[in-house]
Amino acid sequence: MTAAVFLELRNVFKTFGNFQALRGIDWDVREGEIHCLVGENGCGKSTLIKAVSGVHAPDAGGEMRIAGQEILSFDPMRARALGIQVVFQDLALFPNLSVAENIAFDANLGRGFSPKAAIRRKARETLDRLGHDLPLDLPVDSLSIAERQIVAIARGLAGSARLIFMDEPTASLTRAEVRRLLDLVRKLSAAGIAVVFVSHRLDEVSAIAERITVMRDGRMVGTYPAYALDQRTLIHLMTGIEIASHHVARDCTSRDVVLETRHLSRRGEYDDVSLCLHEGEVLGLTGLLGAGRTELALSLFGMTKPDSGALIVHGQERRFRNNQDALAAGLAYVSEDRLNLGINAEQSIVDNLDIAVLPGLANRFGLISDASRTQLARDWVARLNIKLSSVEDAINTLSGGNQQRVILARWLASHPKILILDSPTVGVDIKNKEGIYALIRELSDQGVGILVISDEMIELFATCDRILHMRNGRIAGDYNPSLITEQALEERIYA
Amino acid sequence: MPDLSSLRNRPEFWLACVIAIFIVALSLATPNFLSISNFVDLTESYAVQAIMATGLFVVLIAGGIDISFAATASVAQYVAALLATRFGLSPVLVIPAGLIVGTLLGFINATLVHYARVNSIIITIATMNVYFALLMYATGGHSIYNLPEWWSDRITFLQFETAGGDLVRITLPIIVMIASLGLCWVLLNRSKTGRQLYAMGGNAEAARRIGLNISRLQFFAYGFAGFMAALAGLVQANRVGEAVPNALYGTELSVLSAAVLGGASLLGGVGTIGGITLGILMLAIIQNGLNLLDISPYCFEIITGAIILASTSLTALSVRSRTRSRLVEEAPNV
Repeated sequence: MTAAVFLELRNVFKTFGNFQALRGIDWDVREGEIHCLVGENGCGKSTLIKAVSGVHAPDAGGEMRIAGQEILSFDPMRARALGIQVVFQDLALFPNLSVAENIAFDANLGRGFSPKAAIRRKARETLDRLGHDLPLDLPVDSLSIAERQIVAIARGLAGSARLIFMDEPTASLTRAEVRRLLDLVRKLSAAGIAVVFVSHRLDEVSAIAERITVMRDGRMVGTYPAYALDQRTLIHLMTGIEIASHHVARDCTSRDVVLETRHLSRRGEYDDVSLCLHEGEVLGLTGLLGAGRTELALSLFGMTKPDSGALIVHGQERRFRNNQDALAAGLAYVSEDRLNLGINAEQSIVDNLDIAVLPGLANRFGLISDASRTQLARDWVARLNIKLSSVEDAINTLSGGNQQRVILARWLASHPKILILDSPTVGVDIKNKEGIYALIRELSDQGVGILVISDEMIELFATCDRILHMRNGRIAGDYNPSLITEQALEERIYA
Repeated sequence: MPDLSSLRNRPEFWLACVIAIFIVALSLATPNFLSISNFVDLTESYAVQAIMATGLFVVLIAGGIDISFAATASVAQYVAALLATRFGLSPVLVIPAGLIVGTLLGFINATLVHYARVNSIIITIATMNVYFALLMYATGGHSIYNLPEWWSDRITFLQFETAGGDLVRITLPIIVMIASLGLCWVLLNRSKTGRQLYAMGGNAEAARRIGLNISRLQFFAYGFAGFMAALAGLVQANRVGEAVPNALYGTELSVLSAAVLGGASLLGGVGTIGGITLGILMLAIIQNGLNLLDISPYCFEIITGAIILASTSLTALSVRSRTRSRLVEEAPNV
């Protein structure tokens, strides 16, 4: 027997500026079901969640029904009053408030006043329902990520949820924690609470879902019963392409070592890291979020100082005082969070592109002409095939993929011998991902040693000659992608 | 109830220890320091700053900052004094009018902070200048000396003689200060609005997503700061018996340093009323001690500046080291 429909969307659109994030969504979620929502980064999953939880109002014209009731105006308070709760990827908790206060935040206790005893009772009761125990009076920022997640789920439950969205809830959990979370989801569902689970870890999706909805480019590809999909079909539905054949890993170990670390450590970040990057080699660095990958990269690029160990660049031991030293030694680093750290969104493409190489453009008086800057930008735009109308436009007028190419060009303009790419295709759609992979391979053919930090298996297997696995700040494994499968490596990372 | 180890993690605990050390040291150095009459005098002379501090504190909790409170206090005080002297209005009208002026000036801050989305420190430094310069321009800097008796008379609630023969008076400023601290405590710890202010200060984005009315909270916080500033302005005129337009100007930093000294975070969401009370007490003791020891008043300004620098840098450093150590803690164990 099929349960009644709880949430129903018809023809829902959402536009930001001139970007259509949702394009005519028709979708429904049944009472008490476990429903997975899958799709590539940027396909509109998060926007959809924000639209049905009242954070973003959808464009006029669409229809939304909750428990059969037509919804006209919508805000987060009202969404929660109707039983829709969201556990956001960043959890959106209040780190300075206690566990109890976070859980009972919108349970609506007291009128104008917030009675402590009632708050603690409500929090205790809710945690009991989840079968978990947490110290009620500790501030949330003293908990682990997994514990914070329990708090976020409990907050949803305390607000009498009938439908809970979980946005990428497993991204930073271990296997054991994921298993506990999935049990919890089943428990919620058994209690009649629908759960929409967003994940791109396909094995989880198939383990738990009753129905799977696939999104692509702001549209619904379709909703399928879970048993009807295998992983290959899912990927095909999500990306619209057949997975490119694997790049054949090359053995570069006989070539010159361009970058080497020996027992490199920095307290609290990474520990006893020894690695070698050879000329023209693409070395992958993977592991869970917080395993120390980015922290290691920051030290390699001179932005933090290791406590001990040696860093050897082109056979010479180096102690970088700052990233200018690293740049001068032939390193370049494209950061993971380029939207916040990498680009000056309002400034022009030229300004963004030549910032790292300005000294090289100066004439003998130390001055820089606009013509030389524009020329440099045009050269790189042509070489990297960046689609734009004018290099004088602000960089934020470009798509994510093209922005990423501009940032790549910025660093390539310094002609690095060693390139560190931190999550190079986050926020880039699949078509452009393939282009960036090709670029990585091309650069390595030219002899650049490249370190690719990533947790996407497809990405690692499409580019890398060797993959290092980092766990708890240490190198836990060294794999040849020709000798291990994506699934097997993923198993080890999340084990 | 908090045990000793959790107590040791709180800035209030350390501040109380430092205060105790100061009290012992000062009472050994100067015989007058540790007397009830000196303590009560000290409290009275800091009451006005304490009342302003409660308003500032609420804004700090909400994740903002207000530098304009002393200017607001001066404007509200002067407007009320004008109504009382030139128009001879009764206290029933004058007091609410002064408080409303302060609240409105706070609303102007809130409007600019919320809608222009400019950093609140910039906005309120600018409004501080505008409010204060407008006041000086409109008044020509003239003080109002002929306040009506109901306002300028000293109001004593309790009076007694100590064993040493000193006369001790518990006056209006002290009572208003205690009431303000109490009100602020109830507001922040027991009212829903108060907990929402903590929440907004702790994680503004989460507050927005959970659907808190951010603009209402901003208006509440800055309006409350304006209200408290006006109250402080009215009390200050009672204490000195006149309305002097620039009497409070320049107290911004010492009030702010009292707040951060008491553990209020300039990042928002962290701090307690108990802490801020101790912070004011600490500053009062330092200043009084310097007076009794006959040390230049500029030393006090150096100290307030240094306190702000030290506590903000320490906060920043401890946040950084905490995120660093958390990376390890959260790295999943195998």
